[in-house]
Amino acid sequence: MIRLLLRRLALGLGTVALVSAMIFAAVEALPGDACTAILQRDASGQRLENCRRELGLDRPAVARYLDWAAGALRADLGTSAHNGKRIASLVGDRLANTLLLAGCTLALGVPLALLLGVLTGLRRDGASDVVLSAGAIFAMTIPEFVSATVLIFVFSIWLDLVPGIVTVSASAPATAFFPGIVLPVVVLTMVMTAHVLRTVRSSVIETLESDYVQMARLKGVPYWRMVLRHVLPNALLPAINVVALTIAWLLGGVVVVEKVFNYPGLGHYMIDAISDRDLPVVQAIALILAAVYVGVNLAADMLTMVLNPRLRTLRARNG
Amino acid sequence: MTRGASRWRGVARSLFSRPSGAIGATLVLAHVALAVASPWIVPYDFKAISAAMILDAPSVAHWLGTDQLGRDVLTRTAMGGRQAIVVTAIATPLAVAWGGILGIWLGLAGGRLDDVLMRVVDAFLSLPWILKMLLIIVTFGAGIGVLVPTLAFFYGIPVIRIARAATHGVVARDYVLAARARGHGRPAIILREILPNVLDALMVEGAMRWSWMLLAFSSLSFLGFGVSPPTPDWGLMIADARSFMAIAPWAGLAPVVALSSLIVGINLAADALAKALGVDRAAAPVH
Repeated sequence: MIRLLLRRLALGLGTVALVSAMIFAAVEALPGDACTAILQRDASGQRLENCRRELGLDRPAVARYLDWAAGALRADLGTSAHNGKRIASLVGDRLANTLLLAGCTLALGVPLALLLGVLTGLRRDGASDVVLSAGAIFAMTIPEFVSATVLIFVFSIWLDLVPGIVTVSASAPATAFFPGIVLPVVVLTMVMTAHVLRTVRSSVIETLESDYVQMARLKGVPYWRMVLRHVLPNALLPAINVVALTIAWLLGGVVVVEKVFNYPGLGHYMIDAISDRDLPVVQAIALILAAVYVGVNLAADMLTMVLNPRLRTLRARNG
Repeated sequence: MTRGASRWRGVARSLFSRPSGAIGATLVLAHVALAVASPWIVPYDFKAISAAMILDAPSVAHWLGTDQLGRDVLTRTAMGGRQAIVVTAIATPLAVAWGGILGIWLGLAGGRLDDVLMRVVDAFLSLPWILKMLLIIVTFGAGIGVLVPTLAFFYGIPVIRIARAATHGVVARDYVLAARARGHGRPAIILREILPNVLDALMVEGAMRWSWMLLAFSSLSFLGFGVSPPTPDWGLMIADARSFMAIAPWAGLAPVVALSSLIVGINLAADALAKALGVDRAAAPVH
């Protein structure tokens, strides 16, 4: 089992290394570099060459990649081409804000999704199941900017309950984000609850039909004892992986929501950096998001392996 | 061939016999019909600006009111899905085709190439879609000639995984082993033995990809990276209407309903299709 875990860990690290090379190559392939971004219209002739020499952009790409990767390992992500500040500190504030948003969403959404998912699964095809399952399709398919716009209209303009836009700066303390954070959290919670609910529901239904649950039923195990002891431990395992995917999505996919609510998070910063062609920042954010994605999926796989004895002897899942 | 045709008739009947499938398929068909016919049936010119009727409330002349430039909202909403539907309707089959064929090939061939390419797939999936799309768009623009291949490429990558897993499910079946024993080559086995058996999974996946692509397309328009004015587009219309939400909610309401109904329709239909085909529509990973 230790070998399986180590193998999975190595796969994860390999993926991050591969992504870092891909990001670097992609940004390299784009026309323009940090110097054209800094100099803008003056980017030609001698000045461009001087700038490139100064920043070391005249060295071969492989050497620069190794430098960048080594820096990233020490949490040194270079400097922004836009304002010359350290990327690590620029990104740090925004990452913390995005983590706050994601944390609130998870704290609200995960318990809600597990509860509703189990209830709908147990009451399959009952009225509550039909309503909630249809609601889940709505919640998870409507584009975030649409639900955000509708919620802003209803709760912020019409009822005037909460602000529809966040106006604090990126480095403000966490408490300053309330109550502006409420609507973005609601939008994200809707989507994530729907995804997790669907997984839990189908997993509960599948478990209810398994031999060991039938056995427990026939043996005369009381209903709630059967649910708690036989159904839930098996049915909730798949939820771990979906929650992991949702966490990764919360950190990278909230771009649109952050933009709509003017929330100073990582995704918002990424769009601005791409528009400004601030390539060092784009590289840094891409690397962070990829590492988070790989990291949470890795953690989920390991947790599932540890919790599910049946997976311990199988070949490490790498599909 | 006749057996295939009657099977599809059965699937279609089963799709329409479920309430969710009937509603979903009707919504999708209505949207496609509207996208095709709208230029001939809309009451006004979609780019006709009028300073005299800026943000007018719904009236007999303008059923859904007018926008911030005095343009007819009904006209623009009716035409607002055309670009999105054309782009995604071309890109979706392309994505399913290349991702599906490569996935089946890898699932069948296995080995070193499979290991390496699946790591590359993982690497691509670990980056948010919007980062990948934006990097292409800021460099090459957001014309149809850029968006179609870009969407087809990025949204084909998750299909590789689905097709590969579905292939693993059938590769050890008797009919595949028999075809191998008869000495058929890999292309023949893929076409005649595997493809018919993973096609169901690919169709459901295709429907899902279509909805994700529409979401990506309209989100990009909303953020100002997609369709450029004055072409009517729902994402763009919602973005414009946001500024006037307090005084003219109708300008945003119509595109909100239009876009939501198409995407929800696709998902309802995809859900019912999955049930009709007996495909386990895996918990759709957040893309």
